[in-house]
Amino acid sequence: MTREATHRAIEAVWRIESAKVIAHVARIVRDVGLAEELAQDALVAALEHWPDEGLPNNPGAWLMATAKNRALDRLRQDALHARKHEELGHDLDALQAHVEPDFVDALAEASEDDIGDDLLRLIFTACHPLLSTDARVALTLRLIGGLTTDEIARAFLAPEKTIAQRIVRAKRTLTEARVPFEVPRAAELPQRLGSVLEVIYLVFNEGYSATAGDDWMRPALCAEALRLGRVVAELMPDESEALGLVALMEIQASRTNARVDAEGRPVLLMDQDRSCWAPLLIRRGFAALARAEALGGARGLYALQAALAACHARAHQAEQTDWAQIVALYDALAQVANSPVVELNRAVAVGMAFGPEAGLEIVDALAAEPALANYHWLPSVRGDLLAKLGRLEEARAEFERAAEMTRNARERELLTARAHAVANPTRAR
Amino acid sequence: MRFMIIVKATPDSEAGVMPEESLMAAMAGYHEELVKAGVLLDGAGLQPSAKGWRVRYRADRRSVIEGPFAETKELIAGYTLIQVRSREEAMEWARRFPAPMGEGVDAEIEVRQLYEMADFAPGEAVDRFRDLEANRR
Repeated sequence: MTREATHRAIEAVWRIESAKVIAHVARIVRDVGLAEELAQDALVAALEHWPDEGLPNNPGAWLMATAKNRALDRLRQDALHARKHEELGHDLDALQAHVEPDFVDALAEASEDDIGDDLLRLIFTACHPLLSTDARVALTLRLIGGLTTDEIARAFLAPEKTIAQRIVRAKRTLTEARVPFEVPRAAELPQRLGSVLEVIYLVFNEGYSATAGDDWMRPALCAEALRLGRVVAELMPDESEALGLVALMEIQASRTNARVDAEGRPVLLMDQDRSCWAPLLIRRGFAALARAEALGGARGLYALQAALAACHARAHQAEQTDWAQIVALYDALAQVANSPVVELNRAVAVGMAFGPEAGLEIVDALAAEPALANYHWLPSVRGDLLAKLGRLEEARAEFERAAEMTRNARERELLTARAHAVANPTRAR
Repeated sequence: MRFMIIVKATPDSEAGVMPEESLMAAMAGYHEELVKAGVLLDGAGLQPSAKGWRVRYRADRRSVIEGPFAETKELIAGYTLIQVRSREEAMEWARRFPAPMGEGVDAEIEVRQLYEMADFAPGEAVDRFRDLEANRR
């Protein structure tokens, strides 16, 4: 292996192992920031040794052992410092109470514990509600995804310095607040898990909104979010919402190849070439959703969205879509998490199931909704329903309004084209 | 990016000899690791070629040839489909694959990367390919 190839191999090992190593060390030192530093030390050691000695047979165990030794050294030093302080203060009682703490014994016992538990603790800590959403996302990708600061910055179109500071601050916040390194107790769990799943879905959506010409790290976020979701669902096999989120992401990811045309323009769900949807991902999504439902989680926020995605996936052609079922699912979703955006989506479904008139009624009721004041999908949906009702002039105005509102250049193109099409119905066909 | 780890057949796998308990355990353990890492997409062992068949295309004629097939080393006994972030990661996972026919038994795995849509430059050719796909259904 050339040096270059060895370095790339070490990087790959690091990506596979880093979260586990950081998680395990964090349980020893009880500080996520310090744990990452110590794990990084192990990586540096690997970069020193492996190019000459070759990769060890079990590189994960090597990294783990090295990082753990650094952690133990650190604890011994800290204990020594503490004792010196006490000697200076001539506090003999305290000194006697401190006789030779045997870290190795205590920790050997601890390490018997499941690595998965450590990883779960790390995930919950990185997604702690004490941190801002941005900080949670960055820290999760950094600590659990093993992404570099540069990669996160490229993925989120942010300067590297901004991301680096965000991560440093997040770690400091956790240290200063002495956030315990643990999986939340049952009472807290639903809310804390919600925070974890929210972060993962945010990462997914960030990748999903990538457009052609973007840095490749952006679409790569989808795959990373899916991976993180699968990891969490595997670590918490009884949590239906984790499975629901995985199902949702698998099915949405199945459409990746059909979502843009050859010029990189977005293609609406109803216009997508469904033969390009990835059947393996759809199957995986269905399986995850079935597991979520079997756990009694059919009415969960993510499970319902996954069920909606599954409804579309089951229709081999857009015309076969079971809109009545979709309306029913949106009704259920509105009960779990009602929002104007959900309502707008429900309007689309109602329009398809029961005719544009019924859909328009819901949309018009949303017109004064302040949360949708800058939401281009509102005029876009309204325009679509009006066009179906033959009110072409009003439809054109709505599409133009929507085109003005969107910040996405390709969506603007699409909406302007629709405005043109309804204004010139003969040329459109 | 996706990679397929392909396990090549051996005389034993072709004879339908079921793997020993220890090998099953090693395989289960490995695949559990893949699941925990969130990288496993799919995987299966294949039954011997004796239970399969081939369709041969000659000019405009096609004929069915029943298994088994002789060239054992060219046959496939199983596959594991993974999704990873780099070629090196796939390499690292492949390095960890258990000896597929049991420790100490000669065998071989082969790893191949799957084409993704993104591998094709956007353009007319991709559209034509998509049309082809659509027409086939």
